[in-house]
Amino acid sequence: MHYTFQWRVAFNALPDMLWGALVTLEVAVLSMVLGVFFAVVLALGSSSQYRAFRGAAATWVELARNTPALFQIYMAYFGLGSIGIQLDSFPALLAGITFNNAGYLAETFRGGLRAVPPTQMRAARSLGMGPVQAFRLIVLPQMFRVVFYPMTNQMVWAILMTSLGVIVGLNNDLTGVTQDLNVKSFRTFEFFAVAAVIYYLIAKLVTLSARLMAYRLFRY
Amino acid sequence: MFETSFSLNDLWFMLKGAGVTLTVTFWAVLGGSLLGVAFGLMRAVSPWWVNAPIGFVLDIFRSVPLLIQLVLANAFKSIIGLKWDPFTVGCVVLAVYTAAYCTEIVRAGVLAVPATTRRAARSLGLSWTQDLTSIVFPIALRVALPSWIGLTLGVMKDTAMVWWIGIVELLRSSQVIVTRIHEPLFVLSIAGLIYFLMSFPIARLGARLEKRWREND
Repeated sequence: MHYTFQWRVAFNALPDMLWGALVTLEVAVLSMVLGVFFAVVLALGSSSQYRAFRGAAATWVELARNTPALFQIYMAYFGLGSIGIQLDSFPALLAGITFNNAGYLAETFRGGLRAVPPTQMRAARSLGMGPVQAFRLIVLPQMFRVVFYPMTNQMVWAILMTSLGVIVGLNNDLTGVTQDLNVKSFRTFEFFAVAAVIYYLIAKLVTLSARLMAYRLFRY
Repeated sequence: MFETSFSLNDLWFMLKGAGVTLTVTFWAVLGGSLLGVAFGLMRAVSPWWVNAPIGFVLDIFRSVPLLIQLVLANAFKSIIGLKWDPFTVGCVVLAVYTAAYCTEIVRAGVLAVPATTRRAARSLGLSWTQDLTSIVFPIALRVALPSWIGLTLGVMKDTAMVWWIGIVELLRSSQVIVTRIHEPLFVLSIAGLIYFLMSFPIARLGARLEKRWREND
């Protein structure tokens, strides 16, 4: 072994990397918010009475689930570019991950909707609640309980997926910053080890806060 | 508009890439499953002071992006002077990554077998090994197989990242062609189609197995 580790270089770059981590979190959170929105639309679409909606929803879900996330990001970056929609690396990454999130979450939401017995809705309606009121106060809270854990999982997945941004040229997220530093100094192992630790801590922070939230929300 | 410079040779090149994707997947899943079964059983039966460290270490592989794991492993290999080619590094990293998930699947499967069933088996005179091989495994398999199929497909899709350390698999081969003929949408669509054809039928099979086995419970 003729390699001397130089951790000081990596530690000196820590502030830059932490700023990168912030961008990483930003992409992950945005992709989750957008993903949940599209997933709800897809879940409703797949139970629609119109064939076209069902078909479109099924196509989105199956494409998202059966092709690599990296492929979806490539599609957003290179593929859309050739039909005139030029996306920068940040929006392309965001679009790719959102597409992926929505596909996986749609299935989760569909399962969640099915987990609430239809009798609940009927009972709520016969107690005099309106359809929206019954959905909001009776069905949604019960569904949320079922989908909460898969959602936190998807959030962690989203964070890990943001690391693919570097492949389409994103250079201000955690992996992008790390790669830039790496190219300048060739201390690959040190920089990426620090990045790995940061990713690990972010992932743990998300799971931990989700667990605390679940404890507060679902205690009764 | 329908003219293209995409030739049969290019398609052949991409199919060879798909072959590499499948080969990497095969080795990763094989190694990962063997490790996963070993660790999963260990986690299911051992006391907490064995269980917790294994769980902690495997959790790291699930909480760090695969891309970073690949880069780290590749750098580490050079540091300690191993002469592995990128293909081996890719397979090993993916195998460990698979093992981290497979362990949880196996563990959940084994823990899903009711303690009463196992006690009944033991009271009927089955030995510990017999109980494990003819009672626990068959029941655990039903719980674990659908998730395992899902994991295999997940790993197959994650192999798309190994080109970062220099392996030409399906996605990379499509990139190579894109650089040459400049028709990204078309070439990427073909790559996507190949991925879809490799993944979708098996995903459907897994979903059907899961449904059928649940009905028979």
